[in-house]
Amino acid sequence: MPVRILFLGPLQDLVGCPEMQAQAPLDWSGLLDLVGPEMSAVLCEDRVNVACRGQVLAVKSDLLADHGDEIALLPPVSGG
Amino acid sequence: MRDARLLAEPFVPAELIDKFAKAHPQSGGVCHFVGEVRGGQGIEGLELSCYRPLTLPGIEHLAHAAHNRFDLLGILIAHRVGVLQVGEPIVCVSAAAPHRREAIDAVDYCMDHLKCASWFWKREQRADGWHWIEPRSDDHAAIARWNDGK
Repeated sequence: MPVRILFLGPLQDLVGCPEMQAQAPLDWSGLLDLVGPEMSAVLCEDRVNVACRGQVLAVKSDLLADHGDEIALLPPVSGG
Repeated sequence: MRDARLLAEPFVPAELIDKFAKAHPQSGGVCHFVGEVRGGQGIEGLELSCYRPLTLPGIEHLAHAAHNRFDLLGILIAHRVGVLQVGEPIVCVSAAAPHRREAIDAVDYCMDHLKCASWFWKREQRADGWHWIEPRSDDHAAIARWNDGK
């Protein structure tokens, strides 16, 4: 099964779609290569978080998504 | 009663409030807050999006934290997602406590955390299209006063 990558909030507008799929396994450098230089720069900002399997990663570069995993790319929240 | 929920459809706060109040007949004070989509300033609508695997556990944790911090008898957090029209309710927070101060503070605490420490993204619709919103500086100042590291 592929890895599912979700772009939350304003990241959707930047990449032009709400989600992408990628072959597993997918690590941090693989993700940055996949999304292109503009999105890659945004993802590297401290205020952007990354979740995998429903857990926010303490260190984004530790990302390692396996078959069927879901990655969520989380820009700063707007609040409710 | 500790109840946290994400709602994809419009809701009637009075129905939730009535049920919540009846569930806590022993409380000395019950406080409710209802937030609505603000009109004016060219705002035609609001879209709230979330990431349910994080957002729902996040508001459940917030309800739990408020319950413990303010020694509540009950807490309700109900929050909309999706596209909303001006005047529609976005959020309803209710707290029941033995005394009024705990109930009022618990609602205030929950709202401050929902406003800038919860996994929601929102954008406003104006005549020229959709515009993403970030928390205002006074929202950050509001949450800082609770001193819980958020």
